Amino acid sequence: MYFDSLSAALSMDGHGAYVWSAYAISLLVLVLLVRAPRRRQQMFLRQLAGEQKRRQPGLTAKPEVE
Amino acid sequence: MSAPAEAPATGAFCLALLRRQLTLAARRPIEIGNPLLFFAMVVALFPLGLGPAPDKLAGFAPGILWIIALLSNLLTSETVFRSDFEDGSLEQLLLAPQPLFMSVLAYIGAHWLTTGLLLALVSPVFALMINLPGQAIGALVASLLLGTAVLSLVGGIGAALTVGLKRGGMLISLLILPFYMPVLIFGSAAVQNAVLGTPAVPYLAILGAMLCLAIALAPLAIAAGLRISVDA
Amino acid sequence: MWSFFHKLGSPPWLFRIAGSILRWLLPVTLVALAVGLVWGLLFTAPDFRQGNSYRIIYIHVPAAVVALAGYYVMAIAGAVSLIWKMKMADVAMKACAPIGAALTFIALVTGSIWGKPTWGTWWVWDARITSMLILLFLYLGVVALYEAYDNKEAAGKACAVLSLVGMVNIPIIYKSVDWWYSLHQPASIKFTGESTIDPSMLYPLLWMIVTFYALFTCCLLMNMRAELLEREARTNWVKKLAAENRA
Repeated sequence: MYFDSLSAALSMDGHGAYVWSAYAISLLVLVLLVRAPRRRQQMFLRQLAGEQKRRQPGLTAKPEVE
Repeated sequence: MSAPAEAPATGAFCLALLRRQLTLAARRPIEIGNPLLFFAMVVALFPLGLGPAPDKLAGFAPGILWIIALLSNLLTSETVFRSDFEDGSLEQLLLAPQPLFMSVLAYIGAHWLTTGLLLALVSPVFALMINLPGQAIGALVASLLLGTAVLSLVGGIGAALTVGLKRGGMLISLLILPFYMPVLIFGSAAVQNAVLGTPAVPYLAILGAMLCLAIALAPLAIAAGLRISVDA
Repeated sequence: MWSFFHKLGSPPWLFRIAGSILRWLLPVTLVALAVGLVWGLLFTAPDFRQGNSYRIIYIHVPAAVVALAGYYVMAIAGAVSLIWKMKMADVAMKACAPIGAALTFIALVTGSIWGKPTWGTWWVWDARITSMLILLFLYLGVVALYEAYDNKEAAGKACAVLSLVGMVNIPIIYKSVDWWYSLHQPASIKFTGESTIDPSMLYPLLWMIVTFYALFTCCLLMNMRAELLEREARTNWVKKLAAENRA
């Protein structure tokens, strides 16, 4: 490790705010990027499953609500 | 059974198309005048926004004139295929035996003749209004002549891709403005160099090269875009 | 050989294969990303001229490199879908655009943050920054065009044409922006030239570039899987998948 202490790593000789914010923003975007397709897939499958459930005959005699 | 009437040769067909487009444009002189009026109005905006100091305006003049030319071209390029798409004649054009590549060039040519060419010819007046030095006016006209032709071709790609969409207006600017940037860079550089007294010819040559490339490739993209838009 | 291409055209096969690749590639990539970030942030020596702010290079450069490469992936996928009418290439092309836009955004934001301590300003109209900005516009144009079409098949074709036009134009844009910048280069800002880079800085940088490529691949596959499901919503294999998901 290059830095002696945690505070040195955080401050980075005055550049800490820039470096850490750049890393934080990038990480945030990457997390969103990785999660978006997963969420989309999950939502879609859940929606489709719900549709199937509603179409299943017999189980409950609930009338379909348009 | 009689043989079908001979289809006109490609060259004659394109000339007929060009004449048709020009006739249609000439029937609505106001619409030809609109881009020029737009040009004049935006020119008037700059002294209001930047202040009337002549030397300051003269410094920005090459960029200002080129950006306005670009915007007025952008605003008109949306309409190139619009009316023909709506009345169905575009569909007929796609079915015609003549290559779409050439007939598309006729459309773009008509568009350039009614906007870019006129704009280039009128531009010296506006250049004088914002104090562009006299020695740069030749370069301005030449660069606009070459550059607006490239803009019309590239704008045609955006028009072809968005012609079937109901809300194409804003979208077309998003699509093609990035492709306009090289033209803007070299067009305004040509004028700027003429202002400084250095030769503008190299920049005009690059604009000419862009025009050659655009003539060769843009009709392909326009033809593909039209087929997609009509099928959709 | 040909059977491979036939399989490539089969959505359930592609969905499954992409899933099994992701099962190991995604964890490996995420670990590599964590390692690379910690390496770049904490374990490399600072640059003697720029101090610690240069550490931003470990995300800035990989994001920029992969964002540019991503446009070519998108354009080539678009060309394949136009020429050979391959549906899967269309899916891949559509999946590229948001990833590329996000990476370009990262490169721009980190570049801007890096500029503040280095040049004293958040934004410089420097050739590379300007080109990246234009690249972002190109990506967003593709996304906007896709969303504007109701008919998604036509949307895919239109985007393919647009990305091919972009591919022809990107070198022209880059060269002209480069040239434009050399004409207007302000004297007050000095950029560090092509200096030799120390191996202790080069290795983490290369590591991060490879990681970003892997990350791009992961996101591409995940986006493709989600897209495949939505396009094939009426088919049996998707219905079966949804039924399994419900259970």
